[in-house]
Amino acid sequence: MCSPGLRRDWDERSPPQLHLLNMATTTEPVVRSEKSGLQPLLAIRNVAKSFGKNPVLRDISLQIAEGEFLTILGESGSGKTTLLRIIAGFESADSGEMLMEGKRLDVLPPYRRPVNTVFQHYALFPHLTVEENVGYGLRVARLPRNEIAARVAEALAMVKMTAFARSKPGKISGGQQQRIALARALVNQPRLLLLDEPLSALDANLRRQMQVELKSLQREVGISFVFVTHDQEEAMVMSDRIALLRMGELEQVASPREIYSHPATAYTAQFIGHTNLLRGEIKSGVARCKSLSWRVGLPEGPALFSLRPENIRIVNPAADSDANVVTLQAKIQHQAFHGATELLQVVCADGLALSVRTATRESRQGDVQLEFFPADAVPVRESPEKG
Amino acid sequence: MFSRAYRTAITLPPLIWVTVFLLVPYTLLLCYSFWSVSPSQTIIHSWTLDNYRELLRVNVYLQTLFRSMWIAARVTIFSLLLGYPLAYYLSFYAGARKDLFYQLVIIPLWVSYLVRAYAWKTILGSDGVLNTLLQYVHLTKHPLEFLLYSPFAVVLTLTHIYTPFAVLPIYAALEHIPRNLVEASHDLGASPLQTFWRVIFPLSIPGVLAGATFAFVLSLGDFLAPLLLGGPSGIMISNIVVSLFGAAYNWPLGAAISLCMLLLVVTLLFLSEKLEKKRSFR
Repeated sequence: MCSPGLRRDWDERSPPQLHLLNMATTTEPVVRSEKSGLQPLLAIRNVAKSFGKNPVLRDISLQIAEGEFLTILGESGSGKTTLLRIIAGFESADSGEMLMEGKRLDVLPPYRRPVNTVFQHYALFPHLTVEENVGYGLRVARLPRNEIAARVAEALAMVKMTAFARSKPGKISGGQQQRIALARALVNQPRLLLLDEPLSALDANLRRQMQVELKSLQREVGISFVFVTHDQEEAMVMSDRIALLRMGELEQVASPREIYSHPATAYTAQFIGHTNLLRGEIKSGVARCKSLSWRVGLPEGPALFSLRPENIRIVNPAADSDANVVTLQAKIQHQAFHGATELLQVVCADGLALSVRTATRESRQGDVQLEFFPADAVPVRESPEKG
Repeated sequence: MFSRAYRTAITLPPLIWVTVFLLVPYTLLLCYSFWSVSPSQTIIHSWTLDNYRELLRVNVYLQTLFRSMWIAARVTIFSLLLGYPLAYYLSFYAGARKDLFYQLVIIPLWVSYLVRAYAWKTILGSDGVLNTLLQYVHLTKHPLEFLLYSPFAVVLTLTHIYTPFAVLPIYAALEHIPRNLVEASHDLGASPLQTFWRVIFPLSIPGVLAGATFAFVLSLGDFLAPLLLGGPSGIMISNIVVSLFGAAYNWPLGAAISLCMLLLVVTLLFLSEKLEKKRSFR
């Protein structure tokens, strides 16, 4: 396995690989906004799918830009794997269409799509050697023997598996199989690489390392990645954009920073990171939640706010407070140590319970004064239960 | 861990079984093959290699053995040619009807062998269903004689009887192929045909070997089909063994031939087992 140090060393040494793999000339991903006039690499339009009477995907529309790392994030049963399988061609949508560079993709059988997949359990061919596995796509495409050999060697070097070229997949570790699966897909120079929870079978350390490697590999090869995961942290670390799927519908599609700081719905706010949901009422420009109130520029009516625990600060009661902040008194109920930070569970006199994240200190007890900026209380839509 | 008495109690039944049904009969067979029979039809209990010399000297024994192997080989090929597509369809395309089709393959195994052999006699005979039909539609003027009492009839009947034995191991091997390998193959650009030859077939070879072994070994030792449908040209080695142990009353020679066949079959089983192991990946 390679460390980040080794990684750098390889980056410098092997630019010819970039050339041979026909990679994009820029190392930065060319992410285009969905609203820009440029044609996306893949456009998914109104795709829906049911298994029997059970709707799995409802009206999914999503665009993937050239060179983008897009993560489809969702809980199990959210339909994320089905969406990936529809893109790969293993399932067909009941309605809707998919266009790749303006041409219909959904009408092609999987073996005619310029798309390759890294399967969740790798799906390496057990009767073929590592080398033969990697060269499979090139062999069925009937490429010249010497070109196959050169590209396979290069792909194996890219994932640092040259030494295992003649091993059978059954004889190498899970992490190594993972690399081979990646090499086997990338060697075909797909327009789009689909990854179905490829890291879920690895242990935590290897997983973090692979996240970094995968991300920098994606930058180098410049191929668009669609990565499926249920792990929101993984999604945040790797993605240019996250498409959050909930019960077959897209809840929000945005960059990790955007989706974290401006979650559109209560579900998004809770699924990505940790949050406090404040339910209140807006009347003549003032939001009220229990005994708290702050000025907002929002229309009247019931409202829901997401307030991240790290945006609530503990302040010295003696100090003058800024007129723009919301202050509150609360009693610490529980203190959970998380290393660099700790999470406090506090309750206000009016019964409002909040989570507060602070830098780690000595143990705290009793009453504290807290404050937050009104701007950090982000209005979110309700996420109604769906049946 | 377990008491001595308990260990004895559980090993005794299989030990008795092996002794009574394998060890004793095979030892007897081995002994008989080195004994001889006197002109007055009594067994002479003195050691000799005469039976094995006789076996190599008289052409009919080796000829019949080779004919039996040739019949068994044809049965094996036809069983595989019929059985593989059937198993493949069952495993990959039968969908909800999988269980039904599986039962349809199994059920003939419950029907008496004799009934199935006689059925072919009724179909293939000169007044049989097939000949009557052929004459009725004026394809032939006279009954086709080669249909019955020929190696053809034996091969046909044995193929019918032993195809399920080829289907089952092939089906099991196909069922064990993870479907994501098929998807991975398509994903990498292989057409369904390429996927079959590069992934599905290679991974099913252990099943094919097992099925082929079943079909070959079972039909090599068969004696009812050649007896009922073979005629003089369709005689197989087991028929000779039967007559040597029966009417001909030459148990020693019968034992010698039986042992040769046993050796042949055991060698085949051993080789096929070795090959299967070599070709299996899990």
